[in-house]
Amino acid sequence: MTTLNRKTTGRRRSRWFAQVGWRHVVAVLAVLFSLFPIVFVLSAALNPVGTLSTTDLVPTGGVSLGNFGGLFERTAFGRWFLNSLLIAGVASFASVFLSALAAYAFSRMRFRGRRVGLLSLLLIQMFPQFLAIVAIYLIFGTITDLWPSIGFNTPWGLLLLYLGGALGVNTWLMKGFFDTLPRELDESATVDGASHAQVFFRIMLPLVAPILAVAGLLAFIGTINEFLMANVFLTSTDSKTLAVGMYGLLQSNERNNNFGIFAAGTLLTAIPTVLVFQLLQRYIVSGLTAGAVKG
Amino acid sequence: MSTPLSGPGSVTQTPGREPAGSPPSRSRPSRSRVTRDDAPITLTGLAGKVLLLGLTAGVAVWAAFPLIAAGMWVGLALLAASTAGLFYLYLTRRHIPAKYLVPGTLFLIAFQVFPVFHTASTAFTNFGDGHRGSKDDAIVAIQSSSVTQVPGSAEYALSIATKGDPVTGPLVFLVTDPGTGAVSVGDTGGLRQLDAADVTVATGGKVTAADGYTVLNFGQASSRSREITDLVVPTAGGALRSSGLSRAYEGKAVRAYEAGCDCVRDTGTGQTWTADEQAGAFVAADGERLAQGWKVNVGLSNFTRVLTDENISGPFLGTLIWNFAFAIGSTGGTFLLGMLIALALHSPRMRGTNLYRVLLVLPYAMPSFAMLLAWRDMFNADFGLINSLFGLDVDWFGQAWTARFAVILVQLWLGYPYMFLVATGALQAIPRELTEATSVDGASPWQSFRAVTLPLLLVALSPLLISSFAFNFNNFNAIYLTTEGAPFPADNPTNGATDLLITYTYRLAFGGQGAQFGFAAAISLFIFAIVAVVSAVSFRRTRQQEEVYA
Repeated sequence: MTTLNRKTTGRRRSRWFAQVGWRHVVAVLAVLFSLFPIVFVLSAALNPVGTLSTTDLVPTGGVSLGNFGGLFERTAFGRWFLNSLLIAGVASFASVFLSALAAYAFSRMRFRGRRVGLLSLLLIQMFPQFLAIVAIYLIFGTITDLWPSIGFNTPWGLLLLYLGGALGVNTWLMKGFFDTLPRELDESATVDGASHAQVFFRIMLPLVAPILAVAGLLAFIGTINEFLMANVFLTSTDSKTLAVGMYGLLQSNERNNNFGIFAAGTLLTAIPTVLVFQLLQRYIVSGLTAGAVKG
Repeated sequence: MSTPLSGPGSVTQTPGREPAGSPPSRSRPSRSRVTRDDAPITLTGLAGKVLLLGLTAGVAVWAAFPLIAAGMWVGLALLAASTAGLFYLYLTRRHIPAKYLVPGTLFLIAFQVFPVFHTASTAFTNFGDGHRGSKDDAIVAIQSSSVTQVPGSAEYALSIATKGDPVTGPLVFLVTDPGTGAVSVGDTGGLRQLDAADVTVATGGKVTAADGYTVLNFGQASSRSREITDLVVPTAGGALRSSGLSRAYEGKAVRAYEAGCDCVRDTGTGQTWTADEQAGAFVAADGERLAQGWKVNVGLSNFTRVLTDENISGPFLGTLIWNFAFAIGSTGGTFLLGMLIALALHSPRMRGTNLYRVLLVLPYAMPSFAMLLAWRDMFNADFGLINSLFGLDVDWFGQAWTARFAVILVQLWLGYPYMFLVATGALQAIPRELTEATSVDGASPWQSFRAVTLPLLLVALSPLLISSFAFNFNNFNAIYLTTEGAPFPADNPTNGATDLLITYTYRLAFGGQGAQFGFAAAISLFIFAIVAVVSAVSFRRTRQQEEVYA
């Protein structure tokens, strides 16, 4: 009896493993892979010595928040943080709005040059803006001479530059979403006497709000991480963004010594995006795949 | 490939074509437009219009003054025309689509299309360090840089100052005339007298403070002594140069331009350098070039240099191949890993998927620039985590193949959560009946995956794969923030084993060894051509695929 029992439970166990258990093994391994660099950064941020050479995966030499204090004392981190929030916030908001405007026109109106317009958007996107970084640098040299307030070392110049890529970024994705909204909605509003602007602001925008939020979040993350153009643009300490400023922390011989405060800065940078990301995750999954299939 | 979807500067996904559903009512005449003409003018609409147009007018006026001051009449005309155009567009009731398209298009033209054309025209010049300005600028620079001190010439008390950041801002000289006590500010443009009320002068004549300038202290100045030595301020009689950090002298130019022979002659040695209009430089009979040249059109030579100059074409080809390998490796790797994990978690009997998902996706939400830098230090040969954790002693970024492996691994970490997310979404969209039907028909799980799930996944994800490929093809951050292109071969410090074309271009344009803007622009155009061809081919292929499976 007992041997028979043991046999069946054994068999059940191996069947459980074949169907479900291995999935947990894969998931745990993947989670470990995902987490260990983050744990390393966390441990570096809490490391009281604050150097790379003394940092291990798990904090062994005690825990301290000194690196966070040092970050604000020794660097202009607060300033960089504000700069990044300002630039990324305004840029993502404005670029989403601009592309929503264009997507509405492409989705709901028929006009001469519509196909050409859509195709050329696709073509222009293939030339990433930063490939023209040499030309942009030269152009903004002139702009800095003429209008210093939107030139190098100002957030506004960089912002204008980011808006140059606004149309390409999300127009196609959003057009796909506008297309899925039934036309009867806005047509009946038009019959009732609504102007095209009222249709856009009062009817369309609220309906596509989720995709606007997702596109905005992705644009926000993208702008926070943008390094190349910001690095060319922002050279004075006070105008830097997080990416440029924190890159400077790890330059040359300060690399080992600054690692602790760098890690602290990384964690602080991550907080807003991780939070919003977890909130919007569901939309991101459905938004990306729907946009991809419908193109 | 942290955020392949968006963000300024990133190549965006969004390939494709018209949506299959909701066929646009192309045949229907735009009845709505007729109706719209009768739409009432609302108060908010009117107020918004007045506000925005007023703002536009204000910006235009503000922008006009510097243009007038600089005498840039073409720019002024463009500004006036576009402002007038905007006013016409938003005051008329016609051209409704344009009202929605113009705002974004204006930015697109100014900051994306125009730079592309500018890139194209720069690619045909020798523009770069030593070839920045006109021939006259070059002559001034040559003459003033050859200034040497004449015995008994005047000496000035000198302070170094800047208008910007003490570490990087452009330097100026603040000098006090020993005779008159007048303070002047000098840069490469010349000497300008400052108002005595705006400056504080210590005894001995050294300026300690000046309105609008930051005077560098000794430490700041000595860390930039190279730049200070190189700074030459042209004056009427010759030029000012520094001697040490607190004295400046006025000297005479040894080299002088002679219009008769269109050449530069050294009054000391008698040597001459004749202007070469093709190369944009003064060249001596023995082929020696003066460092300061001027900008000229060089035709196709930047392009042919990439293809024919062996010092460039060899490394360029190597970089191109690695560039493809990197883009394919990081896109394919993240896709495979992400899909496998998504498949593993995709089971009705699986518990805790939500928790797994939250933890798995964390790398995607972390700031990628910072994590790239953190990974760089995890691969540190001396005290990096990887070596100490696994008891290794590998100089990861010191050898070509380990460095390449490392950057791909980092990309895998950054990118697979994104692929996992989208694969999860796509899997949920595949009806379960399809796979159940295959298992009823006796297919193994592997067979049903091959025949049903994978093709459907690929249809859904191939546009994203293409855009991810295009993004990774120019993934500047991935290389620049980790290896910076290293390791470099001993004989070529400009082109490393992990360099992508984009990092190579960046180094040519902004690297330490002197900017080569023209050449860098030519390489940009090469990259554009390659990306365009690859994208065109892959779009065409996925379209065919979609027709097969959809």
